[in-house]
Amino acid sequence: MQQGRRNNILLNIDWVIVIIYLVLVFMGWINIYSAVYDDTHQSILDISCQYGKQLIWIGAAVVVIIFILLIDSKFYSTFAHVMYGLGCLLLLSVLLFGKEVNGAKSWFEIGTFRMQPVEFVKITVCLALARLMSSEDFSFKKIKYYFIVGAILAVPMVLILLQNDTGSALVFCTFIFVMFREGMNKVLFISAFALIFLFIMALVVDISLLMLIVGLLCVVGLVFVCGRNKYSRIVLYSAIVLSVVAVLLCSFLPEFSEKSVLVAMIGYGVLSLLMLIMYFASKQKAMLLAIVLMIGMGGFVYSVDYIFNNVLQAHQQSRIMDLLGKNEDVLGTGYNVHQSKIAIGSGGFWGKGFLHGTQTKYKFVPEQSTDFIFCTIGEEWGLAGITVILILFGALIIRIISRAERQRSTFSRIYGYGVASILFFHVAINIGMTIGLAPVVGIPLPFFSYGGSSLWAFTILLFIFVRLDADRLQVFR
Amino acid sequence: MIEFKIRKYPIIIIVVIVLVAIWVKALLLMFDDSLKHSAENNSRRRVVQYPSRGIIYDREGNILVCNEAAYDLLLVPHQLHEFDTAMLCADLGMTKDDVESRILKAKKYSMYRPSVFMKQIDSKVYAQMQEHLYRYPGFYVQNRTLRKYNGGIAAHVIGDIGEVSEAQIEADPYYQSGDYVGKSGVERGYENILRGEKGVSFYLVNVKGVVQGSYEDGKYDTVAIQGNDIMLSISSELQAYGEKLMANKVGAVVAIEPSSGEVLAMISMPTYDPQLMVGRVRGKNYDSLLHAPYKPLINRAVSSTYPPGSTFKVAQALVALQEGLITPNQSFPCDKSKVGCHNHPTPTSVSMGIQMSCNPYFYFVFRRLVQRGIDKNLYKDAAIGLGLWKEKIETLGFNHAFNVGVPGVNKGQIPGPEYYNKIYGENRWAFSTIYSVSIGQGEVLVSPLQMANYAAILANRGYYITPHLLKQINGKDYEGEMAQRVETPFDRKYFDICVEGMDWVVNKPGGTGHNAQIPGIVVCGKTGTAQNPHGKDNSVFMAFAPKDDPKIAIAVYVENAGFGGTWAAPIAKLMMEKYIKGEISDKNMEQRILTTSILPNATR
Repeated sequence: MQQGRRNNILLNIDWVIVIIYLVLVFMGWINIYSAVYDDTHQSILDISCQYGKQLIWIGAAVVVIIFILLIDSKFYSTFAHVMYGLGCLLLLSVLLFGKEVNGAKSWFEIGTFRMQPVEFVKITVCLALARLMSSEDFSFKKIKYYFIVGAILAVPMVLILLQNDTGSALVFCTFIFVMFREGMNKVLFISAFALIFLFIMALVVDISLLMLIVGLLCVVGLVFVCGRNKYSRIVLYSAIVLSVVAVLLCSFLPEFSEKSVLVAMIGYGVLSLLMLIMYFASKQKAMLLAIVLMIGMGGFVYSVDYIFNNVLQAHQQSRIMDLLGKNEDVLGTGYNVHQSKIAIGSGGFWGKGFLHGTQTKYKFVPEQSTDFIFCTIGEEWGLAGITVILILFGALIIRIISRAERQRSTFSRIYGYGVASILFFHVAINIGMTIGLAPVVGIPLPFFSYGGSSLWAFTILLFIFVRLDADRLQVFR
Repeated sequence: MIEFKIRKYPIIIIVVIVLVAIWVKALLLMFDDSLKHSAENNSRRRVVQYPSRGIIYDREGNILVCNEAAYDLLLVPHQLHEFDTAMLCADLGMTKDDVESRILKAKKYSMYRPSVFMKQIDSKVYAQMQEHLYRYPGFYVQNRTLRKYNGGIAAHVIGDIGEVSEAQIEADPYYQSGDYVGKSGVERGYENILRGEKGVSFYLVNVKGVVQGSYEDGKYDTVAIQGNDIMLSISSELQAYGEKLMANKVGAVVAIEPSSGEVLAMISMPTYDPQLMVGRVRGKNYDSLLHAPYKPLINRAVSSTYPPGSTFKVAQALVALQEGLITPNQSFPCDKSKVGCHNHPTPTSVSMGIQMSCNPYFYFVFRRLVQRGIDKNLYKDAAIGLGLWKEKIETLGFNHAFNVGVPGVNKGQIPGPEYYNKIYGENRWAFSTIYSVSIGQGEVLVSPLQMANYAAILANRGYYITPHLLKQINGKDYEGEMAQRVETPFDRKYFDICVEGMDWVVNKPGGTGHNAQIPGIVVCGKTGTAQNPHGKDNSVFMAFAPKDDPKIAIAVYVENAGFGGTWAAPIAKLMMEKYIKGEISDKNMEQRILTTSILPNATR
């Protein structure tokens, strides 16, 4: 009985992940259909069109899944380093023999089919990291492992940067979550994460919105650090109430950006004051730390904003904005974001209905079947559709994390965290850029964006974890 | 590593917060009205439906101006494939280089939006090209209408249309760049009647501007309203005849029906064929006409003003009689020491003064008008007198721009005290300074239109209907503000005296206008030989006929032609006879006028 359960893989795989995967892939496909749909192409199975081709990719992905599930789970950990080496070789060869598309030399072209090795390298890097970090004497207490992990990430990142594909290179930053989970220095994590995050956000997002997020993050961190007691609970609840009030106030104010900064500042001040009072009441050091952090981060955000707007020269500003894809130039990248926001904003709560989007249908939004596929969802399915998709992605990521925690094998757990981090980064940055929250770096939305490479890569990435997870009972620590 | 198990919570919290932040931002986008507005502009294309312009008839119902189909050849560059360039060149009559440069220009504008490859192709060329059109992928034809001007007459009356100017677009939001609008003549004067109302259709378009379908099934579309047809008061026959008579002369003729104020003919010489101003040749022709000798583009009938010369004497008599400064049987000696005159018996009445066109007679008349003895100071008295005179004389339509229906109406000039104060200084001029006004010289300036209206007032013995060119709109008589009856402050009995004099001018021995006699019809007229600083005297004649129940009032100006009785009077006579009787009795005179060329040397 016990033996049978161990061997029957269909009983052991996590069907929640599989079902969410299938739902997302199906939704992705109908949105590609809608994005490229026009009256002249009637057949939904027409393989000359993107939706027809995508259907082929999906079919092929199913075959790939079967293969992955059939391969012994030990294969992945055993050959992790070999695959990492192969991945780097692929990146090197694409630099030499690859084809340039949209300014990035990151494609192999065989006949009419094109393959983007960078998508697969994410998997191999994830495997290699899992292998390294699961080794017996690995510990973040030893400085040398920081350098080894750094090197494993740096080699592919440099090769990808040389391809001029900044977006894909940035994806590797997401492994900081994995490192954090595996014992990276807490302060190092928070400061590195926060500074990078805040620096980019300060230039991209409305400063008031950002300050609210910062405030909330600090409070949440505070609760996490001091545990749940009377004081931290009061601070948490009042922070939530304050944020809601501030967001509501901001959205009802006529001049959003100017007065909302003031509202955010006041909210911020009230929160700091509250925490200061709580500190004197409870004498908990974490309270003071949280205040210092909050004010420090707020000051950092504000000063980045201030320096950018008042100290830097115009050409320096535009260069940084170019780098972040935040240029307001209507014909450049700014155009994409603007059109994308128009499309999503025009969708309303319930959307315009399947195939009824005008902005995406009539090709105002560029790259709408690939990087900007989220516009189609926003326009045709409205906020309802956006909500469903965010919930699905959120559920998938959290499910992967919680399954990863259940692994007996360290390798499987680290790999699981890697998968969750990669998915999270792609979802956050891709959707973020379509609504103007994140810089425009051309990375696909997992399972949605058109393209065989990305669909296969995410499928393989995910199902290796499903395979590892299915074998969790066989592994003894 | 069990001690780090708790670290999954901050990671999950970060994931949740970021996803919620995305959700909130998406929610905010829904509230952003400016985005919604942009969305509509993005995908909705407004296409204007152009109405066809109203047709213009003459008073007999002949079509003066109609619309003719023309075609614009459009090109959508991205649909362009290989085609037989030589054939297209042959069809359109252009060179290969021209074709290529036009294709390049279209590509520069947009690969996906249609741009005009060739404007206003006429139907003959189109008929030939149409058969080959399928061989030119990417080329389309758009229907347009062009104006067609029949008969080649009345260029100045009809005018032309052209693309609207930036200034006009700013002044009137109805117009948009590329619209056609009346540029001169009644095309401009009655623009609002002729143009109709544009319609709009809304289409959904994609980012490349390619139409994807109708917007909301045409719910917001409006239909273009066709322009109104108008009938002008012009008589084509009279107009054409007048233009023939005035051929090879410089000047103007205006004929008015006194009872209605309708302008029967408005001739400005030299003229041109209005069809020259249509289509692609317009620019070139306009330019050459602009620089042609005698400035054919000027509508002399309304825009040029001349000294009225002796024709002004009737008005002087009328004012003096009404003011009680002279009696009907007033006699003044023909004292040539004051102003020059020809040899004639002493006029013993106002009528005789007019008949003989005695300069000294009107010198004295005007002196009484100006120096009325109201003030002891001679200069102040002159200023008062001239002011009173100006007020009266202007009621005859002088110093007033009539809204006749064409642009460029010049109001002429009646000098008043202010005018002379400006020239000579206050209290530094008197009658002796300005006496040439008495005989219609000096600073008095009158346009041919005003002169014809002046004749009409005399014909009506006291009133005029504002002269106008519009007779009917869509078959209904026009009764707008352009055709108001205006009374003059002169008694009928004084008109009778003056008209009697004008009768004698034409029909009595010793009159200066016997050339205007028409057998069986009593013509009343007044000659003028107006001195002209630019050369030989202008020949002027104003008249109406018949004396009782006048049918036509006319003013003729022939520049640098000499005596009014010699050239202007016969032309007026021939036109009046043509209009009233339909045929000409004196073929010799007609022949003489038709064959004479009086072109001033001056190339002004």
